[in-house]
Amino acid sequence: MAKIKKKIKTIKIDADKCNGCRTCEVVCAAFHSQPKYSSINPAASRIHVITRRLDDIWLPVFAGEYSPAECMGRDKYVIDGKEYDECSFCRATCPSRDMFKDPDSGLPLKCDMCEGEESPLCVQWCLNDVLIYEEREEEVEEMVQIEEMDAGLASLIDRYGLEKIGTALARMSYKA
Amino acid sequence: MRYAETGYNLEIDLTRGNIERVETDPELMALFLGGLGTSVKIHYDRVPPETKAFDPENLIVISTGLLCGTPAYSANRTIVSFISPQTGLLAYPMMGGFWSSELKYAGYDKVIINGKSPELVYIWIHNEKVEIRDATHLQGKGAIETQELIRKELNDPDVQVLAIGLAGENRCFTASIEQSRSSSSRGGGGAVLGDKKIKAVAVRGTRAVHLAHGAEFMEHMKEITKYIKFRNENPIPEVMPILSGIGSPQMMKHVDEQWHTESFAWGNARIRRKGFWTKEIEKEWTKSQTGAIKRFISCFNCPQQCGALISHEDVPNYMMKCFSKLTYTMAAFVDDLDFTWRICKRAFEYGLDSFSTPQILAFGVELHEAGILTDEDFAGCPSDKEGRFFWLLDRVAHREGIGDILADGTYWAARRIGNGAEKYDHNTTKKHEQMNIKLGMMDPLYFLMYATNEKISITQMEGNWPQAPFPKKETRESFVKDWPQLPDEKFKKYFIDWEPRGENSNPNYPTPQIASEIVDWMEMLHNIDDALGICAGMGSFCLKPPYHIHNYPKLISAATGMDMDKERLRKTVRRSRNLHRAFNNLRGMGRPDERPPQDHWKHRFPELEDDLLTYYYTFKGWNHDGVPTRKTLEELNLADVAEDLETRGILKDGQN
Ligand code: SF4
Ligand code: SF4
Ligand code: SF4
Repeated sequence: MAKIKKKIKTIKIDADKCNGCRTCEVVCAAFHSQPKYSSINPAASRIHVITRRLDDIWLPVFAGEYSPAECMGRDKYVIDGKEYDECSFCRATCPSRDMFKDPDSGLPLKCDMCEGEESPLCVQWCLNDVLIYEEREEEVEEMVQIEEMDAGLASLIDRYGLEKIGTALARMSYKA
Repeated sequence: MRYAETGYNLEIDLTRGNIERVETDPELMALFLGGLGTSVKIHYDRVPPETKAFDPENLIVISTGLLCGTPAYSANRTIVSFISPQTGLLAYPMMGGFWSSELKYAGYDKVIINGKSPELVYIWIHNEKVEIRDATHLQGKGAIETQELIRKELNDPDVQVLAIGLAGENRCFTASIEQSRSSSSRGGGGAVLGDKKIKAVAVRGTRAVHLAHGAEFMEHMKEITKYIKFRNENPIPEVMPILSGIGSPQMMKHVDEQWHTESFAWGNARIRRKGFWTKEIEKEWTKSQTGAIKRFISCFNCPQQCGALISHEDVPNYMMKCFSKLTYTMAAFVDDLDFTWRICKRAFEYGLDSFSTPQILAFGVELHEAGILTDEDFAGCPSDKEGRFFWLLDRVAHREGIGDILADGTYWAARRIGNGAEKYDHNTTKKHEQMNIKLGMMDPLYFLMYATNEKISITQMEGNWPQAPFPKKETRESFVKDWPQLPDEKFKKYFIDWEPRGENSNPNYPTPQIASEIVDWMEMLHNIDDALGICAGMGSFCLKPPYHIHNYPKLISAATGMDMDKERLRKTVRRSRNLHRAFNNLRGMGRPDERPPQDHWKHRFPELEDDLLTYYYTFKGWNHDGVPTRKTLEELNLADVAEDLETRGILKDGQN
C-alpha cells in the first residue's frame, strides 16, 4: 500500500486533574445533537467519565471502535492501589456493556474528534486542563477508515443478520 | 416540545403507594420559571396553613432548576422544599452535586412526595421506570454508605443517590439530606424524609434535555466561560483571597483561615478566638489539610472545585463541603484540624447540618457548664473537648438521653429544658440557628437580610455586595471600576460613599432607601439562581460573579424560547418571592418574627431599625406587618392570594 501523510490527533488525558464535573460529556452530547446544540443527553456522549468517587477514580474515556463481540477475557487494572473496574480503559463499543451506545437506538457512538471544529469541544470546555489536544503529522500506510455509518450498519447486521437488514433497506427505499 | 424543562413531574403518594408521571402546565414556567419558583407554587396550592411538618400532607418537593442539565456551568442545584419542623415555615435548602441533572435526564423536573410509607423505603427512578423499593435493610446505615450500597444493589455506578442517615430516620430537626459531595442541610429536610420513611431517592437518566436556541445559548456560554477563565486567573485584587474568586468559598484550596477562625463567634455563637491563627497553627493546619485532601472535586458541570475527597488515616474516604471544615472543630474549641476530618465523617454519615448542629452541641455544653443541664444528663460523657463533641453528636443522632432534646435544635430544646435555658438560645431567628457572628455596629444591610429573608439563613442571601466598606477611597474607586454585574450605575456611588467611620457609615449609611435597593438586588439574584438551579457561588453568593442580571435574561431566552428581559425576570422572581412570603404569612409569620439575634451587634438602634424595616416593607410592597398588599399581589397576577390573606384575616382592611 502507498504511504500517505496522516494527521494524528491526540487528546492527552491528565486524569489526576479531573474533578469529575462531566462538562465534557455535556458539551459532546450537545455538539453531536441534531440540529447542533439542540439537546443534551450525556448518555449519548462520546466521552464518559468513569466515576468511583470514594475510590478516587475519575477516568475520562473516549468512545472508540465498534466491536461485534466481546474480548475473550477481561482485564482489570490496579494502579496506585486503586482497583479499576473490568474493561475500564477500553474504548470499544462492545456487547458486554452499555457504554457508548446511543440510548435510544442502541447504535454505537464513536468519538470523531469533533470534525469541523478548530479543536475538540470537550477539550475546549474542560477548564481544568485535563484534556489537552495535540496534532502532528506522520507518514503511514494507507488504510481504509471505517466511517461512523459503516460501524452503525455493521452493528445492525450483527444484531439482526444481513438478510433482515437488506430486506428492511429495500422496503425503506421503496417507500422513499 | 418543552425546552429547558422536561415538562413532567413525578408525583408519589406514599400512603397509597401510587406513582404518577404528570405533565405540567407550560404557563407555570412563564410565571415562575422553575426550581424554587414553581415549587413554591405547588406548596401554596396544595399545603394548607394548618399542616405541620410531620403531617402526611406536608409535601416534600425535590426539584431541579430550570437550567439544570443544560450546558450552563454550575446549573446543578437540587432544591428541596417542605414545611420545616424547626421553623414551621417553607424551607428550601439546596445542594449541588449530581442529582438534579440526572433527574432531568430521566425526564422529570421535580419529584413531589406526599403521605407516609408504613415501612422504610427508597425510590428508584430509571427514566420511565419508577419503583418504591424496600429499604428496611438500610435502616440505621450512614447517609454516605447508603448511597454506595444502593449503587451496588442497582448494579450501576452512575446512579445518583440522595440519602438520609440515622438523624433523618430519627427526625432530628437539623437532619440533612446527603448526596455525593453536597447536602441539603438547613431546616430539617432529612427529618421530613425520615418521617415519610424515605431512606433515599436514586435516579438514573438517559434522556435528552432540549434547548430552544441551542447555538445561541452556547454563544452566551462562551462569553461566560471567558469571564470564568479571566476571574480564575485574576482574583479580585481589593479583597482577601477567600473572597477574591468565584465558586463557593474556596476553603479546601486555601489553608489560611485567619479571618473565619478569628472573626466568627464560636461555641454557642459566643467567643471570638482572637489570636487563634498563630504561625504554629498555620503550620499544623497546612500539614493536616494538605495531608487529608486527596483531590479537589466539583459539582456537575462546574469548572470550580470547592469540594475535596478526604482520606485521613483510618477514616474511610468521604467528601468535604466547604464551611464544615471549621464549624465542628471551632465550635468545640479544638485546635487540631485532624478533628475535623474525623467528626465530619461521622456527622455526614448521620446526616446532620454542619451549620446548626455544632452550635446546638455547644449550646448543650454551655447549659451543662451553667448547671442547667446536670452531670446526670452528661453521665458517660468524656471530659476532653473532642470526646465530648463526639459523645453529644452520637446522642443527638440516636435521640438518646439529653440528645433527644438537643435534636430539636436550640430554640425548641431551650423550651423543653426550661429552667432558664431560653436565655442561652440567643442566636436564632425564626427558631433557626443563625450565622455565628457577633459584631459591633448595627449594619442596615445585614439587619434587613437577617430579619426578612425567606431563606432564614444569612449565608444564602448575601453575596454580591461587599460585606463591609473598604477603608480607603482609592480602593473603593478601583473596585467599582470593573463591576458590570451591578443592576444600575448609581450603586457605584453608593459603594464609594460608604465609609467605615463617620457620617457615611453604619448604622446611618447605607440609608434605608439605599439599603433596600441593595438588599432587594441581592435577594432577587438569589431567587433567580434558585429558580434556575444555578450554584450561588457562580451567581448570587460571590463578589463579581459570572452570572448576573444582565446575562441571565439572554440565557433564559435562548434556553426556553421565552422572550425574557431584565424587567420581566425581575417581576417573575418577585412573584415567587411574594407567594413564598404569603405562604409564610398564612402560617403566622409577621413583623414580630423579623428580628436578627439581639446580640448580633453590640450597638443597636431600636427606632432606626424599626424605621428601616418599615421603609423596606414599603419598598417591597408589603404592609406594616410584612404582608404583601393586595396591590402588590394584583400586579403580580396573584389576586387570589390576596383573597386568601383577607379571608384568613391576615390582610386587614385599610392596610393595603
Ligand atoms: S470536563 Fe474535564 S474535569 Fe470535567 S469531567 Fe471532563 S475531563 Fe474531568
Ligand atoms: S473530541 Fe469531540 S466527539 Fe470526541 S469526545 Fe470530545 S467532544 Fe466528543
Ligand atoms: S462553584 Fe463549587 S459549589 Fe458551586 S457548583 Fe461549582 S463546585 Fe459546586
